[in-house]
Amino acid sequence: MTHELIKLSAADLSAKLASGEVSAVEATEAHLERIAAVDPQVHAFLHVNEQALAVAAQIDQQRAAGDELGPLAGVPLAIKDVLVTTDMPSTSGSKILEGWMSPYDATVVARSRAAGLVPLGKTNMDEFAMGSSTEHSAYGPTHNPWDLDRIPGGSGGGSAAAVAAFEAPLALGSDTGGSIRQPAHVTGTVGVKPTYGAVSRYGAIALASSLDQVGPCSRSVLDAGLLQDVIAGHDRHDSTSLTDAWPSMAAAARAGATGEVLKGLRVGVVKQLQGEGFQAGVAERFNESIALMQAQGAEIVEIDAPHFEYAVAAYYLILPAEASSNLAKFDSVRFGLRVTPEGGGTVDQVMAATREAGFGPEVKRRIILGTYALSAGYYDAYYGSAQKVRTLIQRDFAQAFDRVDVIASPSAPTTAFKFGEKIDDPMAMYLNDITTIPANLAGIPGISIPNGLAREDSLPVGIQFMAPARADARLYTVGAALEALHEDQWGGPLWTKAPDLLTGQAGLAGFAARAAGKDAN
Amino acid sequence: MAKAKLMDYDKALELFEPVLGFEVHVELNTATKMFSAAPNNFGAAPNTNLTPVCLGLPGSLPVVNEQAVRYSISLGLALGCSIAESSRFARKNYFYPDMAKNYQISQFDEPIAYEGSVEIELASGRVVHVPIERAHMEEDAGKLTHMGGSTGRIQGAEYSMVDYNRAGVPLVEIVTKVIIGAEHDAPEIGRQYVSIIRDMVVALGISDAKMERGNLRCDANISLRPRGQEKLGTRTETKNVNSLRSVERAVRYEIQRQAYILAEGGTITQETRHWHEDTGETSAGRPKSDADDYRYFPEPDLLPVQPAAELIEELRATLPEHPTLRYRRLKGEWGFTDLEFQDIQNSGLLTEVSATVAAGASPQAARKWWTGEIARVANVQGVDATTLVSSENVAALAKLVDAGTLTDKLARQVLEGVIAGEGTPQEVVDARGLAVVSDDGALIAAIDEALAAQPDVLEKIRDGKVQAAGAVIGAVMKAMRGQADAARVRELVLERANA
Amino acid sequence: MPETSSSPEITPEVVRHLSGLAKIQLDESEIAQLTADLGQIVSNIAKVSEVATADIPATSHPIPLANVSRPDVVGDNVLTAEQALSGAPEQHDNLFVVSAILGEEQ
Repeated sequence: MTHELIKLSAADLSAKLASGEVSAVEATEAHLERIAAVDPQVHAFLHVNEQALAVAAQIDQQRAAGDELGPLAGVPLAIKDVLVTTDMPSTSGSKILEGWMSPYDATVVARSRAAGLVPLGKTNMDEFAMGSSTEHSAYGPTHNPWDLDRIPGGSGGGSAAAVAAFEAPLALGSDTGGSIRQPAHVTGTVGVKPTYGAVSRYGAIALASSLDQVGPCSRSVLDAGLLQDVIAGHDRHDSTSLTDAWPSMAAAARAGATGEVLKGLRVGVVKQLQGEGFQAGVAERFNESIALMQAQGAEIVEIDAPHFEYAVAAYYLILPAEASSNLAKFDSVRFGLRVTPEGGGTVDQVMAATREAGFGPEVKRRIILGTYALSAGYYDAYYGSAQKVRTLIQRDFAQAFDRVDVIASPSAPTTAFKFGEKIDDPMAMYLNDITTIPANLAGIPGISIPNGLAREDSLPVGIQFMAPARADARLYTVGAALEALHEDQWGGPLWTKAPDLLTGQAGLAGFAARAAGKDAN
Repeated sequence: MAKAKLMDYDKALELFEPVLGFEVHVELNTATKMFSAAPNNFGAAPNTNLTPVCLGLPGSLPVVNEQAVRYSISLGLALGCSIAESSRFARKNYFYPDMAKNYQISQFDEPIAYEGSVEIELASGRVVHVPIERAHMEEDAGKLTHMGGSTGRIQGAEYSMVDYNRAGVPLVEIVTKVIIGAEHDAPEIGRQYVSIIRDMVVALGISDAKMERGNLRCDANISLRPRGQEKLGTRTETKNVNSLRSVERAVRYEIQRQAYILAEGGTITQETRHWHEDTGETSAGRPKSDADDYRYFPEPDLLPVQPAAELIEELRATLPEHPTLRYRRLKGEWGFTDLEFQDIQNSGLLTEVSATVAAGASPQAARKWWTGEIARVANVQGVDATTLVSSENVAALAKLVDAGTLTDKLARQVLEGVIAGEGTPQEVVDARGLAVVSDDGALIAAIDEALAAQPDVLEKIRDGKVQAAGAVIGAVMKAMRGQADAARVRELVLERANA
Repeated sequence: MPETSSSPEITPEVVRHLSGLAKIQLDESEIAQLTADLGQIVSNIAKVSEVATADIPATSHPIPLANVSRPDVVGDNVLTAEQALSGAPEQHDNLFVVSAILGEEQ
């Protein structure tokens, strides 16, 4: 029973909850047991919610009382630690916020609670969402459930791994340069970065305000759509929140799975997002999926986006600049860590000592870089120029979307790399984000869905679709359509091929078991 | 700290030309803060006027107060400025514990209002146009209290405490261009400029404009250049000159201080200076350096403000009349002579006189109280007259005199009680028992007593020596501890003699 | 792919100055490491200026909006003093306490 419950999609689980076949308490218990069993190896969670069963019991009571409940009521939810919560600590993966309790809930958390989702806990992440591997978490890395020696992606490796390891059917993530989509790629899951402003940022601990966007993580396109339907919509606490009336993403996904939406669909393939730097297995599976879509009547159009080669450079100026300012509030005065130098010190010295001790090396690197990019005499050359590149990248997209409905690319250049492989080479780590960064710079939505296993290492790869701003629904339709084709081809979802974390047995694909005794924590 | 040497003011003006500039911060009296829906009111318990936004809590985001934008546009228009078609916010980055986010949301390259001019009229009748560079929106910081050490000042304090209630209160900062040609009038121009800004925001109803509470704060930039020199001298920025009187004094002081240094062959350091109300001096603060790298960049959490032309015209149509025109009108309405009106203007108390008249006092009584007794007490105490008593209380006092409840002499005592915080004039009258005795019975009893002691007085009066009544009146007034109307006593004494 | 050459602009003095602006105390080994890291990163990202010509407008917000504001009404998210101070490392009488401030009022 437990085994079945944790492998259910959120959509199927919610149907069972609605019919009374399964209670919210049972569903929550099953996931808490799973967390207890596998999280010592995976380390997806920084905190498990002690109130989860009580919350679930309340949902069951409400259902018994005949209250009107949302479609996801009673479904467990993992929450990235970047989102503030009143009932669990919110650290953003940093020592500087260790144990900090927020006096308010992030809007997406409040909406999830109101919809009856059951918060299971807070998931691990690179410190302040700076990273692509969770190796920069102050609380130790998360391990990829497909191979515990490898990274789960980042910054939202915890949310992706939690979903991939069946510790939660759904998770909330945040995506500043790929932090939802790249972890989805390396863990064989689904991740969506909505249009900038579609989902409120209020209560999401800011990394780079003009790039950050909160979005869903799941094992199916429909599940992601159900969660985006809960969290999206205007929020008066976020000035950049859009006032659009959004169509149902779940409905868009259902339409994609059943209809012949690929017929006549114009799919752009970006010249600059293939070739050199892309692992053979990643490219191979991508090309296969493009061929599959073409076979279903999609029209494939090659797109030239000449300014994408400047995207990573622009991103690594804008992000550190905004982050250097956003992270100035961590100063030991109102909340968080305080470190007083030996023998006391002035408030300046206390702030500097606190920030020295409380921030990890990657955070310091980016704050110093951002301070440099904004400093007198350099603003025009760096930050100012980066903002112009942003305009150029938006123009590249605008021209592309004149000719195509969606743009497709591999979600990331490589499969999951091993711990420590890139940690000492920040620039190599940064270039890993080449596929995901353009969408953040332009504010457009992107989805990553499972795209099979790379031939050379049998690790998951993803395919990304991007659509014009506000056309999030299109991504759900197209993503669900390809997902359905894949599942026909593979005989089920990709996760059926994942190794069993409890027995150490390989999944159906038959690759070597990797799990035993590798937990670094 | 050694006392700075000063040059005689007239001598300084002979050798140097003063160049001025002012930055005036106006706190807006909106219901909520600039970027947060926290209450904006003075005097709340510490750290109770806060939302997550005011504290810069992780995840919090600013949202612009639409009323603050309207107020800022109105002020921009009153300053004769153009309103920007598109204006935006920027972050000014620096660490300071009263600044919750360690950046201030301000405006940098695209202020809401720019290029204006304010006409002021000096006592001499000289009209000066103060050129305005810009007016921009920003947020205030919290309040620090320095503990330990001896002075309660920042120097020597062992630790400090922060109340963030003021953090995020809407501010408009008005920046002048350099003011050239002020000459001998420089201190008066400073005072009159700030005074007119104060009158302007009060008339607009957008600020409480109480300088002692920091609703209106002035930084004065002053430099000197030798006569005949084209190039501007190095300027100092004197911070927090927080009364009209101080603006005048600080400008004069800096001119005299800088002139002495320059005449001795010294150089002026570009620095901020602090004005000390008690000693009437400025002291050196932080030197300007490249540490002032504020790393401004467009605030990504906020969108541009692009006011519709209709909104600007709507606000323009509801502007109160220009203070200088208003002065001319009021002078006529109140029937004041040039001298009487100048008296009010020089004292910087027009707002108070006007409010006192509005509260029911006669213009002459309002003028007399403010420029007379209240100004005198303020001078003695070395504070701004506006801080001593409210216009409502002055009007109430004037009404008590008009009604015959108080004599002028008694009214001064009542005023003293009001200033001492004993309550409204009526409350002071009641508590101190200061009202004129209007009960004839009590007066007659006192008269009888006095006549008994001086039996020959009635005779003398009947003999036509009316002045003899004076001795009785004096005795009665003494017996009544001054709380009698001497004219009424005289009437009663004469009635008695002629009975 | 990353260039290995370092930007000549980034010296240990520059890094030290930046750490002062950013209020992060750094030891000598961190300064050395950051000088090397930043040098490499800057040499890779400085290329943005190649295409950022004067005629191209800057984009500061990905989705252009304007005039987003709220009515001047007290909100439902006002904190109690207890909530406001709940995370304070040090407090006294509902005030946040900090060490001595060396320097000037801003």
